[in-house]
Amino acid sequence: MLPYSRGRIFFLIRPLHDMTARTLYDKLWDSHVAHQGEDGTALLYIDRHLVHEVTSPQAYEGLKLAGRKPWRVDSVVATADHNTPTRNWEKGLAGITDPVSRLQVETLNANMKEFGAKAYFPFLDRQQGIVHVIGPEQGASLPGMTVVCGDSHTSTHGAFACLAFGIGTSEVEHVLATQCLVMKKTKSMNIVVDGKLGRGVTAKDVILAIIGTIGSGGGTGYTIEFSGEAIRSLSMEGRMTLCNMSIEAGARAGMVAVDEKTLDYVNGRPMAPKGAMWDKAAAYWRTLVSDPDVKFDKVVTLNGAEIRPQVTWGTNPQMVTTVDGKVPDPAQEKDPVQREWMERALKYMDLKPNTPITEIQPDKVFIGACTNSRIEDLRAAAQVVKGKRVASNIKLAIVVPGSGLVKQQAEKEGLDRIFTAAGFEWRQPGCSMCLGMNDDLLSPGDRCASTSNRNFEGRQGPGGRTHLVSPAMAAAAAIAGHFVDVRKM
Amino acid sequence: MEKFVRQEGLVAPMDRANVDTDAIIPKQYLKSIKRTGYGPNLFDEWRYLDHGEPGMDHSKRPLNPDFVLNQPRYRGATVLLARENFGCGSSREHAPWALLQYGFQAVIAPSFADIFYNNSLKNGLLLIRLDAKTVDRLFKDAQGIEGYRLAVDLEAQTVTAPGGEGFKFDIDPFAKHSLLNGLDEIGLTLKHADQIRVFEAKHRERQPWLF
Ligand code: SF4
Repeated sequence: MLPYSRGRIFFLIRPLHDMTARTLYDKLWDSHVAHQGEDGTALLYIDRHLVHEVTSPQAYEGLKLAGRKPWRVDSVVATADHNTPTRNWEKGLAGITDPVSRLQVETLNANMKEFGAKAYFPFLDRQQGIVHVIGPEQGASLPGMTVVCGDSHTSTHGAFACLAFGIGTSEVEHVLATQCLVMKKTKSMNIVVDGKLGRGVTAKDVILAIIGTIGSGGGTGYTIEFSGEAIRSLSMEGRMTLCNMSIEAGARAGMVAVDEKTLDYVNGRPMAPKGAMWDKAAAYWRTLVSDPDVKFDKVVTLNGAEIRPQVTWGTNPQMVTTVDGKVPDPAQEKDPVQREWMERALKYMDLKPNTPITEIQPDKVFIGACTNSRIEDLRAAAQVVKGKRVASNIKLAIVVPGSGLVKQQAEKEGLDRIFTAAGFEWRQPGCSMCLGMNDDLLSPGDRCASTSNRNFEGRQGPGGRTHLVSPAMAAAAAIAGHFVDVRKM
Repeated sequence: MEKFVRQEGLVAPMDRANVDTDAIIPKQYLKSIKRTGYGPNLFDEWRYLDHGEPGMDHSKRPLNPDFVLNQPRYRGATVLLARENFGCGSSREHAPWALLQYGFQAVIAPSFADIFYNNSLKNGLLLIRLDAKTVDRLFKDAQGIEGYRLAVDLEAQTVTAPGGEGFKFDIDPFAKHSLLNGLDEIGLTLKHADQIRVFEAKHRERQPWLF
């Protein structure tokens, strides 16, 4: 294990288990096998296909070239989010300054017109937003579904006891043409977070602590189910944050079992069933839990009470520590490949070993991305910011709501005014500075406190340096001008 | 899909763990709506000294002489040697497109991220998992011996070193079959169209709210 990882990993071998007991993953898998091949591959039926402008053009083109038609248009829900600007919406499409970006957005418009969808939330629509925010918000992702999207953070939808995972463009085309994917079942992992989370400790801190423990490749080849008291205590929005970053732990899919919170969240959403159909669906959804005593291929246990606010220091989400910790020293690392990786990361991040995290000063702050741009995230950040001012060393602090509906709700609650009064900019929804395909980019050398999910080199802009944190921690860093333990504010 | 035939080629060692798809092909090139043209921008931020944008003449940009692929001895490499968790991060299929269009036919590493693995095989880029010790050995040889080449035989599932020493690798039989024959997976799946329709009808009965 790496020196900066914490927690314990248990490999449980339980010889006495019920062979008919099934995990939640087993149940979701079994209910979607349209054809079982002899070689272990299956055709897995896909219920919901989320589409965005970046990974779909080549798939639609492939479909056209082969003279094929979409199998089931009403499984598709689409939006434009990656390339869309967060300012100047009054200019319409012309507000997308980069012609290459604009063409991609226009291409999605054209494909939607030609092929159709159950729902399309185009750029400038009042309900447009990040695909992983609007899916649950619209009730487009429902418990028991298989959900795919040409986007690795599709894992987000697993919060609703869905089997939800990201796919590549060839697979997008495959799903469009056949409604199925050729799949092999993965192994199963149960990540149990027991105990009560402390005050100021959020879903983001939990998932970063998990990634710090199992590593960014720890979930490779597994489907994760998150369980335990601390997970149950999370709101649906918190569970989305958790499942969102399953991919940063290497797992294509992460999920949480159904409970009453799940049903409460789904009930009344535009695409959720109603009336008698609701009752029927809800009765089925309540069965979407792992059977007691079922055996997982791997079990990892963390104590939720021990988790503290997290801050990443490197160029991979696994390079994370607690806010009261220090930047690690590569000299302490014995494995040469790891050491070299850490040294390279510290050089890129311009950090010295053993620097206390609270001495690190960001110069930009980004609150947004499909990890943390829902209403509860904005409320948590606003609570920290209220009545205070952004520190003078912060060059830019922006809040980018995850969707038009989140934005409207926040404005109804007056959160936008709290942010702007403190010196934050209040923007239009979209992916924005999470990956900077639009104009929201870090400049070389910029250091950013970000609520997004990836701190890879150049992710937020070439030469930009990213520290991943929770919304409250990002807000606190904006006010203090350096990272600070939000529990002490 | 492109067929994968037996390959014998120059090896380039990419000595970094956890190389992510943002590094393999940066986001600004994802704005393209085409499947081609990604080769010049493989590892763009490491490969060039300046910042690249789509539409530039990449052949005129200053190369980073320290970057492994820019060293003359690795010019024309078709086998990429990599470290653990290669291809982690985003699901962009542009990553295997860029590797293939640069000229790589195969990547050897101790482990690959799941989505990247799938995306690569679907495009005829063969990913080979060998244990970390063997990969370490290959790194030493590839770095130490100028013109170091490896032969990759998918049919036999072997990688063969110049001295004739062979390493076996595992691959899913379906993926192997598809790769060897360059099959159209959609066409294959559509052979089961009737079964999909039957399943769909039953699924609709059981969970009518999904339709
Ligand atoms: S917000 Fe970031 S991680 Fe989420 S879908 Fe957009 S680009 Fe991807």
